Amino acid sequence: MADYEPTIIAFVCNWCTYTAADLAGTSRLVQPPNLRMVRMMCTGMIDPKYIIKALLEGADAVLVSGCHPGDCHYINGNLKARRRMKLLKEILPRFGFDERRLKMTWIGASEGIDFAETARQMTAEIKELGRNDLRTRMVL
Amino acid sequence: MSKTGKITVKDRDPVSSLQNFLKLLLEKGTVEAVLVQQRLPIQNAAVMPVLVTDPEKLEGADPLAPAFPLNGARMLSRLTRKPLDAPIAAVMRPCEIRAFFELVKLKQGSAENVVFIGVDCLGTYGNIDYQKIAASTAGAESTLTFHRSILSGKGTATGDADISPACKSCDHPVATNADIGIGLLGANIEESLLLISNTEKGARVLGGLGIEVEEGDQPLRQSAVDALVSERTAYRDKMFEATSEAVSDVQKLMGYLGNCVNCYNCRVACPVCYCRECVFTTDVFDHEPAQYLRWAKRKGALKMPTDTVFYHLTRLAHMSTACIGCGQCSNACPNAVPVAELFRTVSHGVQKAFGYLAGASLDDEPPLSVFGEKEFSEVTGGKD
Ligand code: SF4
Ligand code: SF4
Ligand code: FES
Repeated sequence: MADYEPTIIAFVCNWCTYTAADLAGTSRLVQPPNLRMVRMMCTGMIDPKYIIKALLEGADAVLVSGCHPGDCHYINGNLKARRRMKLLKEILPRFGFDERRLKMTWIGASEGIDFAETARQMTAEIKELGRNDLRTRMVL
Repeated sequence: MSKTGKITVKDRDPVSSLQNFLKLLLEKGTVEAVLVQQRLPIQNAAVMPVLVTDPEKLEGADPLAPAFPLNGARMLSRLTRKPLDAPIAAVMRPCEIRAFFELVKLKQGSAENVVFIGVDCLGTYGNIDYQKIAASTAGAESTLTFHRSILSGKGTATGDADISPACKSCDHPVATNADIGIGLLGANIEESLLLISNTEKGARVLGGLGIEVEEGDQPLRQSAVDALVSERTAYRDKMFEATSEAVSDVQKLMGYLGNCVNCYNCRVACPVCYCRECVFTTDVFDHEPAQYLRWAKRKGALKMPTDTVFYHLTRLAHMSTACIGCGQCSNACPNAVPVAELFRTVSHGVQKAFGYLAGASLDDEPPLSVFGEKEFSEVTGGKD
């Protein structure tokens, strides 16, 4: 696949991963600009249909990232999110979506370095994987 | 701990013998009402679930008719959304009881005060096929013809119609979770039907009616059940394989769903599609007119109605942990989209992944209503 810049939709929670991303920015860590962040109050608010829609519209990958287990500000939203991701990882690959296009991580508020590293790694991996060609194809 | 007794069949007519059994339940006051499918007293003799309180109004009851106009779990959920004051009996197919169990766990019904009477299910026709079959014979005659044909080894095909693919692939033809099972498999139903009590409630009801049941193996029945289940499972596995292949990428999935017109009948007919209000019919999808043009411009062309694949994938995300494979989605589709095969195939995989079997028991928690601190670490790349 020729070099291209993947579009990664990142649903992140306000309290942990978003704060980590902010920290990565203010710490001037170098990171690729491929993540399009959608700030949610909690990963537990991420409805599976946001993820399905993103992929059907041609996002090259979706990242869901929130607080570590035990740290969720709403007690267990992240654990519910993990089950929903498990569900999507079971459903979507059956229709040809590469499982690598669905990623979930825990990144705490102080882990700016981890955030920048995740962004770098994921961008590289999705570049390697190639485009989600639904971006230009009509989807019924 | 199941115990078995029997209903003696008179005049080689298992349907009227079953009616008498249900009558007894009402006459003895065991239950206040019976929910059972009936041949309606109207010209075309449609079969529908009917809630009967008067024992004299059971004459159309035909739980053995291979008709399945809708999944009765939804109807029972209407009756039990609030606690029932007095017990009722629900005569249902195995997949109706299993769907209802899912609804109970989703707090959309209550199993308390319901005596589940589960009839062995040898399969059902799609609605249009059944209407033709029933129209060609009077009353319950078509029911008897169907069962005679199966008993004599001639199978389920009638003319160019056959039972639905959902039924052919159903590996749960016996309602093992009913209080009382009506056994056809392993019985000569022109002579007797088996009555099986699976629960204490069931044993109490049969005891109250003065019907004797006893413990002990039923080798004839067991081998008939095993044979049917293995035939169905073989069909099922082939169906899984063919369906998985038919939708293995989005292009193929679009071909599979190509005739869908977003009428949402499949969702209305599905007993376990649980949202009281479906997001696809709210104003979330009442897009601004200009939005359609923007979308069309982005890819150059936009199929209308939009969001067909999105709808089906979202539905899967909602009901795949609860699908019991009843096939009503396909039954309801005006365009013959084989949705039941697709939903059953995906749901089977999903339920396996969560170690869950929809409808099996009231005690297993639905996968998306529970969660643990340490689980599914593969989802987060090995970190929990
Ligand atoms: S998806 Fe279809 S087969 Fe599954 S429970 Fe709903 S109507 Fe029945
Ligand atoms: S019933 Fe058939 S046409 Fe209607 S939404 Fe379902 S698949 Fe589409
Ligand atoms: S608040 Fe961060 S995942 Fe719930």
